[in-house]
Amino acid sequence: MLTFIGRRLLTGVALLAAITTFGFTLLYLGGGDIARKILGENADQQTVALKAQELGLDRPVLVQYGDWISHAVRGDLGTSWFSGQPVLDAISSRLSVTLSLVTGAIILIAVISVVLGVLAATKRGWVDRFAQLLAIVGHAIPGFLFAVGLVLVFALTLGWFDPTGYVPFLTSPTGWAKTVTLPVIALALGGIASVTQQVRGSVIDALRNDYVRTLRSRGIPARRVVLKHVLRNAAGPALAVLAVYFVGLLGGAVIVEQVFAIPGLGQVAVQATTQGDIPLVMGLLVATGILVIIFNLLVDLAQGWLNPKVRLS
Amino acid sequence: MSTPVHAPNPQLAVIPPEAAAKASLLRRVLRNPLALGSLLFLAVIIVSAVAAPLLAPHNPNTADISAVLSSPDSGHLLGTDGAGRDVLSRLLFGAQFSLAGALLALVTSIVIGVTGGLLAGYYGKWIDTASTWVISMLMALPAIIVLLAARAVVGPSLWASMLIFGVMLSPAFFRLVYASVSAVRNELYVDAARVSGLSDTRIIGIHILTVVRAPIVVQSAIVGGVALAVQSGLEFLGLGDINVPTWGQMLSDGFTNLYTAPLLIIWPALAIGLTLISLTLLANSLRDELERSNAPRRRRRKQPAEQPAVVGEEVMRHDDGGLAGEAVLRIENLSVGYETGDGGTKRVVHDVSLTVARGEVHGLVGESGSGKTQTAWSALRLLPEGGRITGGSIFFHGDDLAALNEKDMEKIRGSRIAYIPQEPMSNLDPSFTIGSQLVEPMRICLRMSKKEATTRALALLARVGIPNPERTFAAYPHQVSGGMAQRVLIAGAISCNPDLLIADEPTTALDVTVQAEVLDLLRDLQSEFRMAVILVTHNFGVVADLCDRVSVMRLGRIVETGPTRSIFAYPRHPYTRELLGAILGETSPRGPLATFDAGPSASPSRKGALR
Repeated sequence: MLTFIGRRLLTGVALLAAITTFGFTLLYLGGGDIARKILGENADQQTVALKAQELGLDRPVLVQYGDWISHAVRGDLGTSWFSGQPVLDAISSRLSVTLSLVTGAIILIAVISVVLGVLAATKRGWVDRFAQLLAIVGHAIPGFLFAVGLVLVFALTLGWFDPTGYVPFLTSPTGWAKTVTLPVIALALGGIASVTQQVRGSVIDALRNDYVRTLRSRGIPARRVVLKHVLRNAAGPALAVLAVYFVGLLGGAVIVEQVFAIPGLGQVAVQATTQGDIPLVMGLLVATGILVIIFNLLVDLAQGWLNPKVRLS
Repeated sequence: MSTPVHAPNPQLAVIPPEAAAKASLLRRVLRNPLALGSLLFLAVIIVSAVAAPLLAPHNPNTADISAVLSSPDSGHLLGTDGAGRDVLSRLLFGAQFSLAGALLALVTSIVIGVTGGLLAGYYGKWIDTASTWVISMLMALPAIIVLLAARAVVGPSLWASMLIFGVMLSPAFFRLVYASVSAVRNELYVDAARVSGLSDTRIIGIHILTVVRAPIVVQSAIVGGVALAVQSGLEFLGLGDINVPTWGQMLSDGFTNLYTAPLLIIWPALAIGLTLISLTLLANSLRDELERSNAPRRRRRKQPAEQPAVVGEEVMRHDDGGLAGEAVLRIENLSVGYETGDGGTKRVVHDVSLTVARGEVHGLVGESGSGKTQTAWSALRLLPEGGRITGGSIFFHGDDLAALNEKDMEKIRGSRIAYIPQEPMSNLDPSFTIGSQLVEPMRICLRMSKKEATTRALALLARVGIPNPERTFAAYPHQVSGGMAQRVLIAGAISCNPDLLIADEPTTALDVTVQAEVLDLLRDLQSEFRMAVILVTHNFGVVADLCDRVSVMRLGRIVETGPTRSIFAYPRHPYTRELLGAILGETSPRGPLATFDAGPSASPSRKGALR
């Protein structure tokens, strides 16, 4: 088990290295005259040269990269070129906001998909048709479009929730719920659609297994067989889909945060890329890379727990 | 080897049937009203996109500061937006640019994904390793973040961001093509093509691309939709090129003016939403049709054989001499049917009657499809989906199981009627230890504590001849052999002291040496617990070994029944004789088993078999 985790972590680190190298090359080689961009068109040549020197941009790219890496592994991602704030601070202060959205969405996806998927697979009939409809709509409508609809109906027309802003949970739990509910629903819709489809499909497949009949022949009630045995065997493929969707969830959060004016990573991302704040952009790449790696590791661990063949081989 | 001999026109052999299949696929998709509607809508959108310069009443970028947010009138059919631009014109040109952008992403991802998938799948080795790595990196990055980062470098450009997004989307095609190619690569016909000297490019072109062509079409509809969605998202953030009118830009403008002119956001939202739904519906129905045309035979194989000739045939009863004891199970005129696709019912068991007494082993013999397993499952009321008892009764100690509700049936299963399946490995849940699968039923049926159940499970494992019960108890199913697994299943079946044991070909899946051991075990347990047993088998050797009484089934009916000794000595029905002949080696080894059509009277040697 430990070697399993170790190997996954190693792959993750290699992946992170690849992502940062790729990002660095793209940003620094493709960025043109960065110092000029920062100072604007009116700055004179000398000031620009000075700025470039100050930021270390006059050095060869390879040296800059080595410098960035050696700081990054020590947890220093540099400082923002525009605000002067350390990148790590800028990101970590927003991370909790985005994470609370993403975590909420993951929980919502997991709960609804399991309930709806199992019901659709076992009861069929109208529940099944509803799940199919939801799959099509959820797949087709992008989260932000759905978010706009939610704002129009539930915030502006009905006034049940706040249309914009964010209240930390610790400040006011009800305020937090009021600001977070709609974005979480908007984020989760696509995931609910695809994960429900997967749960439904793999529950139907698992129900066809011979051991289902044998377990029922032992006097175990059908509902218990489904909830304990079938669901556990069906969970693996559904988790795999959820793991793939997590990446989309991070991207979706960027846009949904914008709709609801939530001060999360998305806002930092939009701001940093519009300004060309390259250290901050690199920091974002690292942060999302790490999040994806951690989530995939958690999913792998869950797969191992669910499936003894994965765990014991 | 003469290389180019076959080369003249290899396509001739391959393409015509494919093309025909494709044409009919399209026709079938068009018959689906949802798919047809989606196609029509997409056609309208595409036409208006292409003809935007002709249709649009205004320049989409001309801002009229004096007419900001004006309501619809004759000059501006849909009004103007926050900068005084004509909404209708922007909608039309928006279609042009949005679709062109999505198309750019789609083409990029197809080119990269298909080429990469073909190369990696066909040549394998380092190309495989390298591209798999690149793909997993692309999939670990949120597209929006990458597109934002790219924007920091190249500035706001629809085309650049769609090109980059195309690269990000290429795994969708890579994985599809890679999986198909790796599956096809070692097929015999591809080997044959290679041996006969076809060049790699031709093999890829002819044999491999034809396999993945249809799935690529389906995937394109999906990927095109994703491209449009992400593009709109990006532009919605206000990060697009303001000189290029797209639906996403209109959304952004509409959202800014959400409070003053809520109608503004409706038009682009409708355009995007309907286009995406059309693409999804189209992809779904294409995929459904593909799956349907790829799997026409799958359903048929599950259906048991047709049963024409034997309608109403009399069961040949050998003289009983009465039952040895009280009847545990009495099946009367049982019929079983399966729902067919068109709402009808297909009967697979007809009018079956049999009785099993306490302490008696009743063999149910017949070839596959004869309905013996269906009969056994009916007694447990565990018929597969779509199957049901259509007539008759199953009396178990006087209760009619056929009429019992599911809750009462659950109380009978396990504790009073138990079941040993045919295939040991697939009948244990791979996710739970063997021990927990033994303990769970005992806790439910016998209301034992976990500790009591564990003790009993270990004792049972020892009783069925497992050398190290503790180790097997803690093991997962994949860690034990098939013979062991079957012993575990037998232990599970007898764990709650059933009166009736239904064993469905309990030795068929086992090695010959293990078969004898398992049969010995079954015989010992049966006499030890004085259970009634229904033993389903196709093997008369097993019948001779274990059964007191036999019923021979053919095409869903019992054709002959009686004491084992009598059936072996004086088989009356020609089918019974053929089955017996098969083990005694009297018939020619390649002779078909059930080819006769006539009833028993047609058999010339019938007299000799009568007693």
